[in-house]
Amino acid sequence: MTAAEFWRQVFEIARKDLKVEGRAGEVLSITVPFGAVALLLLPMAIGTEKTMLAKIGPGMFFGVTLLFGMLVAFRQSASDTQAQRELLTLLGIDPAATFVGRSFASALLLLVFEVILAPLTVILYNPPLVDGWPWMLLIILLVALGLAFVGTLAGAVTAGVRTRSTLAPLLVAPLSVPLLISSSQVYEGLRLGRSIIPWIVLLLAMNLALAVVGVATAKPLEETSR
Amino acid sequence: MTEALVQLEGVGVRFGRITVLRDVDLRVAAGEGVGIVGPNGSGKSTLLRVLATLLQPTDGHGTVLGAPLGKDTPPAVRRRISLIGHQPALYGELTLEENLGFVARLLGRSHDDVVKTLSKVGLGGALDRRADHSSHGMQRRVEFARVLMTRPDLLLLDEAHAGLDRHAAALVEATVATVKRRGGSVILVSHEPDRMLPLVERIYEIVDGTTVEGVPEP
Repeated sequence: MTAAEFWRQVFEIARKDLKVEGRAGEVLSITVPFGAVALLLLPMAIGTEKTMLAKIGPGMFFGVTLLFGMLVAFRQSASDTQAQRELLTLLGIDPAATFVGRSFASALLLLVFEVILAPLTVILYNPPLVDGWPWMLLIILLVALGLAFVGTLAGAVTAGVRTRSTLAPLLVAPLSVPLLISSSQVYEGLRLGRSIIPWIVLLLAMNLALAVVGVATAKPLEETSR
Repeated sequence: MTEALVQLEGVGVRFGRITVLRDVDLRVAAGEGVGIVGPNGSGKSTLLRVLATLLQPTDGHGTVLGAPLGKDTPPAVRRRISLIGHQPALYGELTLEENLGFVARLLGRSHDDVVKTLSKVGLGGALDRRADHSSHGMQRRVEFARVLMTRPDLLLLDEAHAGLDRHAAALVEATVATVKRRGGSVILVSHEPDRMLPLVERIYEIVDGTTVEGVPEP
């Protein structure tokens, strides 16, 4: 298969997934409001002391993103039927192209999720605007991509398993921990004037490792799911 | 002797301790239609999935469109196989046109082809209808439109006539005839042999997990 054909398949898979999500509307109509409610409820549970809220705000944002984003990332592959998976196989779609296309679509949805919740976090928690805040845009992008890779990988591992809706979040949660720690630590580093490079390298390395594992295991996982 | 597009010898499929198929021998020549009958649960659909290269047999060997049965069936061979199973392979949230358009773009076909093919199967007036808002018969028609678009050399139909009206049943017959005329093979599975008889040259019955060749009655 040529590179052009591979990327055409990636594009078509992503386009189809986004169109399906656009019609189902679960991200915007269900997941985002629930994420917003979670951000709203947490201050009520832990108190309204402004300094503390400002300090924990960014951590809460990434925590909520990971918890609810998990549902976004996993939803795409969880809704596939066996007939749909078999159709892709018979159309000669490279399973790696399916993995990449699906991950890109999820990453875009997660970015939308983050872009909506970020201003809400600023309003509710009022975290200080730190020097070098544009780095956070890169972090938001890397978290979305990393979480999308984790969710798609979990979806592929559990495809065809009857208990997949329980099993997949259990797989996603531990793999998301480095994303949560490094994204929160980048903000802390910027706030305290510490180096953020190790955490950015960790995020990049996580994304790269997940992408490589996802692409390398796509074919055997697709075969075992049949 | 005509070239065999499908050749199975001693093929068996086991799921754990359960033997679904055993010692299945099957030969289907180019341009030939073959029917497979048997009661519910006899392994007909399992056999179709083996032939579609979606399920690896646990015993025996064989070839489908020249490729040996096994894990590494080349994508180019799989693209020459079309399977219409029990469950429609459609995305419910997409329209009928978008469903076929997805396939068409992956095959490098134009949007005009999509519209023409859907019109050919009688769905010209329902292009914008969502698949999950369409009847079973309409969903089946989209699947036959996909067959016309992919031009398979091996067409596998699982209970193709189930739930179809007279017009849609005529579409099944026309599609089978088209594939055979082009030199492809068609394998139909059904528990109602009467409807498939006019479409096939030979019939196999699955008895106790294995195939027994029969003669279609006129």
